[in-house]
Amino acid sequence: MPLLSVDELTITFAGRGQRDARAVDGVSFDVDQGQVVGLVGESGCGKSVTSLALMGLLPGRGVRLGGRAEFDGTDLLTLPAARMRDLRGTQLAMIFQDPLSSLNPVVPIGVQVTEILARHRGMRGEAARKEAAHLLDRVGIPDPTRRLKEYPHQLSGGMRQRALIAMAVACAPRLLIADEPTTALDVTIQAQILELLKELVDQEGTALLMITHDLGVVAGLCEQVNVLYAGKVVESAGRRALFDAPTHPYAHGLLGSIPRLDAPRGEALRPIRGSINDRIDWADGCAFAPRCDRYTMECLTGTPALTEPHTPGHQARCVNPVLPEGATSPQRTEATG
Amino acid sequence: MSLLELDDVKVHFPVKKGLVFDRTVGHVYAVDGVSLSVRAGQTYGLVGESGCGKTTLGRAILRLVDITEGAVVFDGTDLAKLPDEEMRRHRQRLQMVFQDPLGSLNPRQNIESILAEGMAAHGIGADAGERRARITQILARVGLPANALSRYPHEFSGGQRQRIGIARALVLEPDLVICDEPVSALDVSIQAQVLNLLEELQESMGLTYLVIAHDLAVVRHISDVIGVMYLGSLVEEAPSDLLYAEPRHPYTRALMSAVPVPDPAVEDARERILLTGDLPSPAAPPPGCRFHTRCPWKQETRCATERPALRELADGHRVACHWAEEIADGTITLTAREKAPAQLSG
Repeated sequence: MPLLSVDELTITFAGRGQRDARAVDGVSFDVDQGQVVGLVGESGCGKSVTSLALMGLLPGRGVRLGGRAEFDGTDLLTLPAARMRDLRGTQLAMIFQDPLSSLNPVVPIGVQVTEILARHRGMRGEAARKEAAHLLDRVGIPDPTRRLKEYPHQLSGGMRQRALIAMAVACAPRLLIADEPTTALDVTIQAQILELLKELVDQEGTALLMITHDLGVVAGLCEQVNVLYAGKVVESAGRRALFDAPTHPYAHGLLGSIPRLDAPRGEALRPIRGSINDRIDWADGCAFAPRCDRYTMECLTGTPALTEPHTPGHQARCVNPVLPEGATSPQRTEATG
Repeated sequence: MSLLELDDVKVHFPVKKGLVFDRTVGHVYAVDGVSLSVRAGQTYGLVGESGCGKTTLGRAILRLVDITEGAVVFDGTDLAKLPDEEMRRHRQRLQMVFQDPLGSLNPRQNIESILAEGMAAHGIGADAGERRARITQILARVGLPANALSRYPHEFSGGQRQRIGIARALVLEPDLVICDEPVSALDVSIQAQVLNLLEELQESMGLTYLVIAHDLAVVRHISDVIGVMYLGSLVEEAPSDLLYAEPRHPYTRALMSAVPVPDPAVEDARERILLTGDLPSPAAPPPGCRFHTRCPWKQETRCATERPALRELADGHRVACHWAEEIADGTITLTAREKAPAQLSG
């Protein structure tokens, strides 16, 4: 049984006098013990709200949740707030994108770390301080005893992210959710943090749900990848399978539009036209159809189902998928605009 | 022929203290002696991490910040010594595209007014009608609809706003366009659209670009020559392909090994050179080679005491490292930390 099983999760924002906005529209995925799973997509695809919903961090008012998210048999979406608070920190933990705004600026790092140890592990005083120093040391912060007395602004960006990771792993959670953990960092620091996350997963057996827009990060880290577009999973596959044969035209287009460091120079990029604003409701057809080169009339006949067009386990939500060479290619239809 | 020549450009910001008297207590050495030349019709890419001085250098060329020392020779004229009014007139030929398209467009001006302002300031176009014709033409070139004229920046998506920023620069018919992180605020699929547009415009209008970015893959894609900056100075400069094939400076090598490539096979096989620690403060740069505090190839002699000059190794390949040859032929091996191979399988 998977550690986390998200089934048909929907998140709808409803404001008074406003049309409902469905940010997540039936997302399903599993995360196994010790597995690294990626949720990939561009801004507005619903990847961050998914993580907030799993952590129970969405406001109660104005948000409607649907579906189930079972963590070790408990549905996280319907869990009472008090029970959720116990789970958060001990079983589930999250690392946010911007370490500066996730840390309290007027409280020393040490107090912020020991707070967690006191709340969840009942540690106090010297014992808690020692454990906090050990945690900082574990995530590679040099001179941890001195750092404990410092404030977030005295730490560099990479150091802050390390401190945040230390807080997240303080109670050895079984599932770690990382929402764009390296986006705010420079590449050399990003490499350090990714290495640290890999190490934690390898050594502690923590499951990691990695939320990112960076396909490069995904390629190096995630075993299973879910590509999101406009609130739905459009492709789900193992990382090798996904990068070898991107099947949904969106995933295919995304890979074609990234300049690669190792590509021969002069190779033109193949961008996806339009923007995320050019989309239709999933109920009416494929949300990606207006930007798609492989669009046919069939795309406008209701939500396409998640199928396995060429390889078992490699799912794509498309009626006219990009098939790898060798597989029989269906008739290609040019887009009309 | 080079259109732009920088000779030992320095930009130092004073750090001041005191309530009544502004005592200068130190300097931030944002740009500390950069020499480079950009050839007409080419793209020069400047890469480096945050705090390396690349943005300050770009702004210094346009004299948006004061140049402390050095010469910025643009088409034969030293911009660093021009009186302000003459510099203002020169800016028609040097334009800039900024990183944040929303922050750099006035939210209360419509697109026509944004684009016409620069034209009026530089006396391009006899009257409003002529200017409008020119603006419409440029908008079409950057791929915006003609009805954009009367609309406001908030009505456009991020990618379209960046196109407006590009149109604003191009409407003045500049020779050199400085693009400061032109795509970093955009989603990947939109990034590719803007990069292709920049390339197309360069070809059809004969533009020269100085592209400043932190994303090595983007810079490599678009540039003919790349300069790598670290803590205020250039550490390596080479034609784009050569830099990728044979990075010679330890920092460049570390930077390249850190860039994630969207290909699991490459990711699994690569050897990462992990740098330890963080960028030192530009207010107190380390003595000797600025990179020696983090360099995995650091040697006992010279590195900590003697600042390496940028020297030519091969044709067009300049490196600021005392030991570039020894590192390349393997006489010197990694000292600080072992290479960490990527471990994940599957």
